[in-house]
Amino acid sequence: MEKENVIVTNELTKRFGYFTAVDKISFAVQKGEIFGFIGANGAGKTTAMRMLCGLSLPTSGTATVAGFDVYKQNEQIKKNIGYMSQKFSLYEDLTIRENIRFYAGIYGLEDRRIREKTALLLQQLHMEDQQGTLVRALPLGWKQKLAFSIAIVHDPAIVFLDEPTGGVDPITRREFWSLIYEAAARGITIFVTTHYMDEAEYCDRVSIMVDGRIDALDKPASLMQQYNSASMDGVFLQLARKATRTEDLIE
Amino acid sequence: MRMLKFLLWKELLQIYRDPAIIRILFIMPMIQLLILPLAADYEIKNINLGVVDHDHSEYARQLVNKIVSSGYFRLKDYSAGFPQALKAIESDRTDLLLEIPAHFGRDLVKDNQSSLLVAVNAVNGVKAGLGGAYLQGIIQNYNQEIRAQWIPEQRFEPQSVIEIVSADWYNPHMNYRVFMVPGILVMLVTMIGSSFAANNIVREKEMGTIEQINVSPIKKMQFILGKLIPFWMLALTVLTIGLLIARLVYGIVPLGHYSTIYVFATVYLLAILGLGLLLSTYAQTQQQSMLVSFFVTMIFNLLSGLYTPIESMPGWAQLIARFNPVSYFIEVMRMVMLKGSGLDDIKYQILALIGFAIFFNSWAILSYRKRSG
Repeated sequence: MEKENVIVTNELTKRFGYFTAVDKISFAVQKGEIFGFIGANGAGKTTAMRMLCGLSLPTSGTATVAGFDVYKQNEQIKKNIGYMSQKFSLYEDLTIRENIRFYAGIYGLEDRRIREKTALLLQQLHMEDQQGTLVRALPLGWKQKLAFSIAIVHDPAIVFLDEPTGGVDPITRREFWSLIYEAAARGITIFVTTHYMDEAEYCDRVSIMVDGRIDALDKPASLMQQYNSASMDGVFLQLARKATRTEDLIE
Repeated sequence: MRMLKFLLWKELLQIYRDPAIIRILFIMPMIQLLILPLAADYEIKNINLGVVDHDHSEYARQLVNKIVSSGYFRLKDYSAGFPQALKAIESDRTDLLLEIPAHFGRDLVKDNQSSLLVAVNAVNGVKAGLGGAYLQGIIQNYNQEIRAQWIPEQRFEPQSVIEIVSADWYNPHMNYRVFMVPGILVMLVTMIGSSFAANNIVREKEMGTIEQINVSPIKKMQFILGKLIPFWMLALTVLTIGLLIARLVYGIVPLGHYSTIYVFATVYLLAILGLGLLLSTYAQTQQQSMLVSFFVTMIFNLLSGLYTPIESMPGWAQLIARFNPVSYFIEVMRMVMLKGSGLDDIKYQILALIGFAIFFNSWAILSYRKRSG
């Protein structure tokens, strides 16, 4: 049985002046899927993701996220998604508990639900003892895991993760991915960009962006077979070599 | 409403956590109000006087005595000739030079008239202007005295003299502190209001937390209100501290009601904070927002009528002052403090400020974008 699509794009494009950051990308993401978005720096991953989140207005093409149009219904989209930006974005001068409460509150959770969620989240992250610690004082890996948990505190249909594991050690990355699997098991669709090719192999399907276009999109195993490579690394290198862009030109 | 509650809770918590804000809040008004009114005074004292006396008569000596005993002048130089006296001015030892010509006394007695030369070092315009005026006043006074000595028996003076008696209403003793303290307080509240508000949103931009807000369902209006209300409370706290200092230290009790001041301040702060928020939507870094808000508040303060009366500014500057919220607050503060004006007397100013508040805040809400183009 074909699963329903939660993200559908058709020739979605973003231009900054003469520079085309995202060039007519078309793809569909199914409900509950872990969808990997891979590409070199400046390939247009972040721009594409920002358009889908309603943070950036597309130049042309169409897209729907959770059934809502990115042009007109961007505020409805926001109620149904979670987002974790590349730049760490929890309040450093608030404690772990306060950050959870704040983000749960602005997504409209009721007080009782906030309390339940807070307890569950702290337990899941093994941070019960540190709940009163200012986020500023936490190690990066902890912050990232906390940021992810907070991004899905309102149980969104989709969560967008922009290089969530950048600069994090391998053990924490593994822990992070187990959080992602748990969320996916609860039916949350995961849309994740990454640089790490081992992480690409954890995804159900991956798309590889080169110079603003999607050059390949399939299950990791199929891609490896298609490009005759033993790892995603090899697949990526074959595709990324064609890139003509070098600098990260996003905004 | 519920979202706003969480935004306010978060904002107040952050303010409470920031020791710098608390320190600035209490220490800034204290230092400004304890030091500035005592030092920033319009009255000019200690003007250094140079005298060139070519006459050496009794009359010349009396005149110099009278000038020195007025308390405004210090006799710093007594030169034999004009060139030396000018040197004293050039080397900054004296500010003002009085030349008494030869035969001053004789001419005065014989011809019933004589002349004096007053030369002023106008590098410091205020000092020069006031010093010159004081000196003229004293010389005129001296003139009256000797006329009275000579012609006591004459009932009708050949030349009629108009004597001016002035009564200083509302501030009978011309107490500068009563005049300056409310003004400095306005400046303080303005600076705190605008720069704190401006920096705050920009800080969220720098930290990246604004992205997280923009991707949430928070409405623009809620976000702006969530920033406006906490800083509005902070600025009112500073105003209260300032009014307390004015009362306890300077004994300044407004003739009107404190409530009038607060009603006006409430509207005023909405306007000033709106301006700060507006600046923050355009600035990308805290440095930019600091510099711009510093620039704007400096112009507002200098053209506010705190230091120089708006009425004496050129026409175009008076026009700018009409669009300067600070000038309205200073005017109202002085009206309430010194004249005891009530709400009815300041309704025009309140209306003007409501206009400013709507203008700046609507612009801020319009220019704040959750989505980039």
